Amino acid sequence: MATKKFKCKVCGYVHEGDKAPEKCPICQAPASEFEEIVEGGAAPKKKGMDTNSNTYTILYAVIMVVVVAFFLAFVNSSLKATQDENVRKDTKKQILSSLGVEIKDATADYKTYVVKDILIDPATGMETSVVEDAAFATNYDNEAKAGKYHVFVCNIDGATKYVIPVNGAGLWGAIWGYVALNEDKQTVFGTYFSHASETPGLGAEIATPLFQDAFMGKQVLNGEEVALSVVKFGTVSDANTQVDGISGGTITSNGVDAMLKTCLKNYTKFLTNKE
Amino acid sequence: MSQLFSKKNREVFSSPISMNNPVTVQVLGICSALAVTAKLEPAIVMGLSVTVITAFSNVVISLLRKTVPNRIRIIVQLVVVAALVTIVSEILKAFAYDVSVQLSVYVGLIITNCILMGRLEAFAMSNGPWESFLDGIGNGLGYAKILVIVAFFRELLGSGTLLNFRIIPQSFYDMGYMNNGLMLMPPMALIIVACIIWFQRSRNKDLQEK
Repeated sequence: MATKKFKCKVCGYVHEGDKAPEKCPICQAPASEFEEIVEGGAAPKKKGMDTNSNTYTILYAVIMVVVVAFFLAFVNSSLKATQDENVRKDTKKQILSSLGVEIKDATADYKTYVVKDILIDPATGMETSVVEDAAFATNYDNEAKAGKYHVFVCNIDGATKYVIPVNGAGLWGAIWGYVALNEDKQTVFGTYFSHASETPGLGAEIATPLFQDAFMGKQVLNGEEVALSVVKFGTVSDANTQVDGISGGTITSNGVDAMLKTCLKNYTKFLTNKE
Repeated sequence: MSQLFSKKNREVFSSPISMNNPVTVQVLGICSALAVTAKLEPAIVMGLSVTVITAFSNVVISLLRKTVPNRIRIIVQLVVVAALVTIVSEILKAFAYDVSVQLSVYVGLIITNCILMGRLEAFAMSNGPWESFLDGIGNGLGYAKILVIVAFFRELLGSGTLLNFRIIPQSFYDMGYMNNGLMLMPPMALIIVACIIWFQRSRNKDLQEK
């Protein structure tokens, strides 16, 4: 390696010597246009692989997708158990929120307040079976579609309360909630509403106590009809059953109204059965 | 060690927070600035998550930058960002469930945030991992800063609260003061951002176009 090789970038002429020639003998380019050619085992300055070739691009894409897919699958499966536990805990917390109890540990408090989780038959309103805690469901929309109508029988300071899950659609996505009723199965004891993606400051206000507390003491049924409803803000005509909607969140408010009507309809037999 | 915090690196970190702010100067990430700024709290959470994701995707892309085939580089960047966002949201769901519930849709919005793609393409593809990390943090904070300012005004004037604490006293309402419902509508975010840009440009002659 006594001599170095220099290549003219303009015409490709290769010069051998200690340093680049002052002028290229072929095209007269100055010394700055020459670059040294490094040979042998040492890694060349230029990229070893042609990263623009089709093969490389396709291989790169395939490997990347496979690696990322495996990685995500691994993360998902390793965290699944913890996540499901969180969802169960959160659902219990939501049920308890509708009862207005102070929650410290959702799992323990759920055991304290909720006596049993029962399924009812919408045709007769009778209890058909009791759901064990191990089979605690979290998606009551699917449960209702599968014909399982849950009622949570609770006990707050000696008084029996019934909590009914409700599901519906807001403006952007799902909305859901829990309606707690007094022992008379007619007066609202408390509610809890939440949403997947309603507009903050507008539709999302259904998740605030201000909106939820307005339901307290309202009557659910009028005869066989679900009378509990959400109306346009400022147009409440029957203070016993109607609640003000959210101004600016009309579609979400209507969603809550429709959700209460459709879901509670399945429970009318249960609610009128006062034994 | 001193090299890690050289003048150039400090510049990389601080310029996006002020003089080269991604939102007000480069006008990137406006869409999410509209969506999450009706309240202060989601704005803060969104700002922080974007900061974290920008920093880490910048590092990953910077490490990969010499191997990425030029023709599919945008897709590679998108995959890295989407994978990172998914992992972060999975981890949040498992270990900080309340936060993940609060973030809900915003996590998805991060993937499409133009600031991320902009920084990956403009900076991480041609700089080392450490510089890219600083650049990511700087841009994320620059974005968060604007979000917080916009959300501050929108929540204060639109709902009379800050972080859900009532700021404007009840006596004001009794005297006839009303919350400005318009402030909660997305267009107002644009107007506030525009006011910030106006303010910034009038103070900095460099930013004014001839």
